[in-house]
Amino acid sequence: MQDHNATSLVSLPQLPKAPTGIDGLDEITEGGIPKGRPTLVCGSAGCGKTLMGVEFLVRGILEYDEPGVLMAFEETAEELTANVTSLGFDLNGLQAAGKLRIDHVHIDRSEIEETGEYDLEGLFIRLGYAIDSIGAKRVVLDTIESLFSGFPNQAVLRSEIRRLFRWLKDKGVTTVITAERGDGSLTRQGLEEYVSDCVILLDNRVIDQITTRRLRIVKYRGSTHGTNEYPYLITQEGISVLPVTSLLLNHEVSDELVSTGVPALDDMFGLKGFYKGSSILVTGTAGTAKTTLAAGFANEVCAKGGRCLFFAFEESPQQLVRNMNSVNIHLTPWLENGQLVIEASRPTLNGLEKHLVTIHKQVSIHKPDAVVIDPISNLITVGNIAEVRSMLTRLIDFLKVNNITALFTSLLSGRNERQEMTEEGVSSLVDTWISVRDLEGIGERNRGISILKARGMAHSNQVREFIVTREGIQLLDVVIGPEGIVTGASRLTQQLHEQAQARAARLELERKDRELARKRLVLEATIANLRTEFESVEEELRQISYEEQFRQRPSNGRNPLADAAEGGQSTTSADQ
Amino acid sequence: MNTDVANTAPTMEEETWELRLYVAGQTTKSVTALANLRKYCEEYLKGRYQLEVIDLLEHPQLAAGDQILAIPTLVRKVPVPIRKIIGDLSNQERVLVGLDIRAIDAK
Repeated sequence: MQDHNATSLVSLPQLPKAPTGIDGLDEITEGGIPKGRPTLVCGSAGCGKTLMGVEFLVRGILEYDEPGVLMAFEETAEELTANVTSLGFDLNGLQAAGKLRIDHVHIDRSEIEETGEYDLEGLFIRLGYAIDSIGAKRVVLDTIESLFSGFPNQAVLRSEIRRLFRWLKDKGVTTVITAERGDGSLTRQGLEEYVSDCVILLDNRVIDQITTRRLRIVKYRGSTHGTNEYPYLITQEGISVLPVTSLLLNHEVSDELVSTGVPALDDMFGLKGFYKGSSILVTGTAGTAKTTLAAGFANEVCAKGGRCLFFAFEESPQQLVRNMNSVNIHLTPWLENGQLVIEASRPTLNGLEKHLVTIHKQVSIHKPDAVVIDPISNLITVGNIAEVRSMLTRLIDFLKVNNITALFTSLLSGRNERQEMTEEGVSSLVDTWISVRDLEGIGERNRGISILKARGMAHSNQVREFIVTREGIQLLDVVIGPEGIVTGASRLTQQLHEQAQARAARLELERKDRELARKRLVLEATIANLRTEFESVEEELRQISYEEQFRQRPSNGRNPLADAAEGGQSTTSADQ
Repeated sequence: MNTDVANTAPTMEEETWELRLYVAGQTTKSVTALANLRKYCEEYLKGRYQLEVIDLLEHPQLAAGDQILAIPTLVRKVPVPIRKIIGDLSNQERVLVGLDIRAIDAK
């Protein structure tokens, strides 16, 4: 019985949704805008309302095979077509294929004379004809508010607009209505009163001279939706909303490994490198060789036959190449054969969204195996922390989904004691976090490298000292002194000290060996002496015994008993 | 003023007026509009006008051509410039002003 209830709950029809096909918007709205109902898109000038409408239609045709009608009150079909050509939308082609119909409604107050009662049945008929002629499922009205300038009788107009929306609902077409933002209200003419199903607000905001476009779903009747303000971009492929918090984490993962470019650093990772497709963050204070590590990684990727895209926000490509040559990282061959592409620009050149677009575009052109961004902290100069964070989140997700290994460097301000918080707050997003830091000792600074985290593999917990030499980056063996790890000059002292100790111990051992040998010699000499002594005594006794026998031989006639007694005596004397 | 009228009147008499009334079915407004229009034409343009009534319910494709939104709409195609009058034409004065028939009215 309970099972039955459960299944009937699941099978309850959900609110049908029409996917817009607009990048990210469908994720925020959890599937699209309400199917067969009107949706209001409002925003101030330059927000991309018309573009959103056009893209909704074009994607509907291309991706979901739902023909659409665009009723344009402001622009003619030719103007619209020309405007969206740059986005790759071929409105003429779609019209010729019978999938799209653009009806330009021209309203000129001066041509119209009001003489009594009327209604807007003509608009209904035109729209109805356009819809029926191509079997449209989607309709965009851009911008219906223009009617208010053409018809002075507001009472009639409002009741007709209300009727229009009702009629569109009854027709079952999914409608997008665009409207200009008003002062203190969502739309200038209060259209939100009539469209109650879904309202999307676009916003174009300039903060600190940087423009950011944002999108918010004000309401969505009958459905849950993302409630935040989401930045969105108008890219060459259309609108792209950045739904930071609603992206699902369900990308494919790889077990392949990528070397860090520094063999000793590889050894610090349990599996000798990074996972392919993971994201790596290298943080450190100024001058801790973050860029060198990044370049080393790029070099390694290219050396393994991969492709790498390097975004340099601090140095020009030439400068980077020259500087890296000095530490035996030669990038020129990779640049020449196209495996490495360095994109250098000042962060302030573009707004954040533009940067993201550039990165997306470059990635789609070069199809790299790895992307390096050096450094992400510079992006702070063109946006506030929250914006940078959301941009980076989006970027990291984008790269992960495409299985591209991403290495970011980030400058830490030296004031921060713990140095374990990045300004961008992206540390929780990355898989591997390498920290390079200054180890300031007596009169010198040394560099230490440690792994703060490495998801999915064992890693060394040691702080290793590393030096940048003409041969590249080298990690030194760990030297542990009485007060922890020692570095630099004290490290040398410690090493000398240890060497001296080892030498002393060795000498001591040798001395003992020699003494033993001497003792053995003495002992052997003594033994030889004793033996000689014994031999001489034996010799003497034998002589005596012989002489004794010789003396008794003439009296050979004596009985054998006497002989035996004699022998026993001689033995006794020999013992003496 | 009088000379103006004298000048315009002959041209008007030479020209045949082309009027088009767009309606949508036999609604009250449409029927009223048609009745009003016939009355004005007979009164002021007798014998010099062509009236075409287009029912958009039967020919919806014609609505876009003349940019019809409101119903009923009266379009004066000739003489140029094109004029549009919306509503049931019950306000005689405004219809005449809108169609520019004041010359004959003054006669």
